[in-house]
Amino acid sequence: MTEVFDIFLLEAVLNGLLLGGLLALLSLGLNLVFGVIDVVWICYAELIMCGMYAVYYLHVQYHWPLALAMLAAIAVVALLGLILHVFVIKPVLSAEPINQLLVTGGVLFFLQAAATLAFGIEFKNLGVTLPSVRLGEMSFSGARLIAFGVALAGMVALWIFLSRSYLGTAIRAISQDRQIMPLMGVDPARIFSLTSALGGGLAGLAACLLVLQYDIHPAIGLSFGPIVFLICVLGGLGNMLGGFIAAFVFAQFIAVGGFFFAIEWGYVIAFAFFIAVMFWRPRGILSR
Amino acid sequence: MNYPLHLAILVLLWGYIYTSWSLMGRVGLVSFGHGAFMGIGAYTVVMLWNHFGLTPWLGAIAALAFTAAVAVVIGYPCFRFKIVGHYFALVTLALSEVTRLIIVALRDQTGGSLGATPNGALHGGETVALGALQFAAKEVWLAIVLAFWLGGLWVWRMVDRSMGRLALQAISEEEEAAASIGIHVTRAKLRITIISALMTCAGGILYAQYQLYVNPDTVSGIAISLQMVFGVIAGGMFVMLGPTVGAAFTLLLAEGLRLAFGNRYPALDTTIYGVMLVLFIIYMPKGILGAALDLFKTRRASSPRTAPSR
Repeated sequence: MTEVFDIFLLEAVLNGLLLGGLLALLSLGLNLVFGVIDVVWICYAELIMCGMYAVYYLHVQYHWPLALAMLAAIAVVALLGLILHVFVIKPVLSAEPINQLLVTGGVLFFLQAAATLAFGIEFKNLGVTLPSVRLGEMSFSGARLIAFGVALAGMVALWIFLSRSYLGTAIRAISQDRQIMPLMGVDPARIFSLTSALGGGLAGLAACLLVLQYDIHPAIGLSFGPIVFLICVLGGLGNMLGGFIAAFVFAQFIAVGGFFFAIEWGYVIAFAFFIAVMFWRPRGILSR
Repeated sequence: MNYPLHLAILVLLWGYIYTSWSLMGRVGLVSFGHGAFMGIGAYTVVMLWNHFGLTPWLGAIAALAFTAAVAVVIGYPCFRFKIVGHYFALVTLALSEVTRLIIVALRDQTGGSLGATPNGALHGGETVALGALQFAAKEVWLAIVLAFWLGGLWVWRMVDRSMGRLALQAISEEEEAAASIGIHVTRAKLRITIISALMTCAGGILYAQYQLYVNPDTVSGIAISLQMVFGVIAGGMFVMLGPTVGAAFTLLLAEGLRLAFGNRYPALDTTIYGVMLVLFIIYMPKGILGAALDLFKTRRASSPRTAPSR
């Protein structure tokens, strides 16, 4: 009996690992935007929702090939990120920080309601099922494995971009000192726009991976949005490595907690853990 | 069904809850966790009544005690370790999600996402069941919520006149400086948090008893917490009647659009509301009432002829 028990626990742990990769990618865009522009996009999960709808409609309604639909969706969400920055964030950049948080909350309401208006409240499914992979007595969903792989590849690509390219270096420099960099010939406004588009693009990539696993509906953002924020805060807002670690920790709590109890309890334990850690390290686990 | 009366009750009830939230919000404590306090209020009372037959009067005491405990457990470390701004908002957001998830997870007792209905106590045409806090007559409810709303405004006024208010103002502007002139930051913040949480909890109880239905998504969680924050922003959080104006505005907007378009466009009101919120925060951060008062003031100041001259 114990042997069976252990293999299922191992399966839960490994599924948690796969979930962790996905959550790490989800938190990446948010962390990038926060680190550079110092703004929390509360509507980040809703941008992902828009990306999921874009994939769905291009693929199912207009019969685009899936890969092309996904590329287009990434471009669409990148554009949304840019629009969000230019029309909503820019006007409040010099206002109180909390106003910047709240204004994107207004965008959350808008996107969610506009999606309901445009697409209806029915659950939509892409209709693509990937075969699951069996490993001994355990089985893993193919969509999750792909998501994990793409998420890791995306993170590595971003890391190379930030550390090797000129623009990436400029982005990192701006995030470290907003006052000095303009004197060095870096235009903050351009970097901010670029970062927003990049953050949007990452949300679009996340949307492509999520759409393979989950049904789409207008309120789907609320089901994973809070987790993504908490992961970013847990890792230290703007700290990408911290967010990466926090994503895997969180995913384990959800997967293993959900294994022993109901899935909601997995979340409850993860959230309670988050609150406890905040009291221990208010600026995130990697803060000095 | 008396529709205008129903609207008036909802405006006053939400006005009261928004006022409770603003007690914290206007001194820089932007909480996304008030859904938790409202949910605790609503569910504690209904669950104790349904499962143990405990009258809501005693249930309310239990709910308030529970809320105060939660407020201290979350608030004290937050204030002690200087969790402010974004971080405070997101920690409290976790609190409201935890509350919602616990309610859903205890589905055998709470009914989960389907919600729960308090056992009816109005038998055979009775209109008042005082022990069960259930009233069929809407006039009774109007009187109750009016009393609570006035009570909320009274608390606002008392806080305004107290020394604590000055301390909190100082803290919200410069926490370190406030501490250095001898303000007990943690204590000042904790006090207003407990007051605000208890009032919100009472609002949750009233909401549950009035609607005679509770649902984890409508009394707790991130959605309801955001609704409170944005209702207040729309109305204006720095003036006493601002939150109430926000409640009236959002409710009448939703109802007005529903009357105009029927149910053809179910989310039209929230779409317009979302756009307006964004515009408000960018161009009118003081809210409707705040901006109106400002306009009134500058007009008076710029036209000295209207002032009585001797």
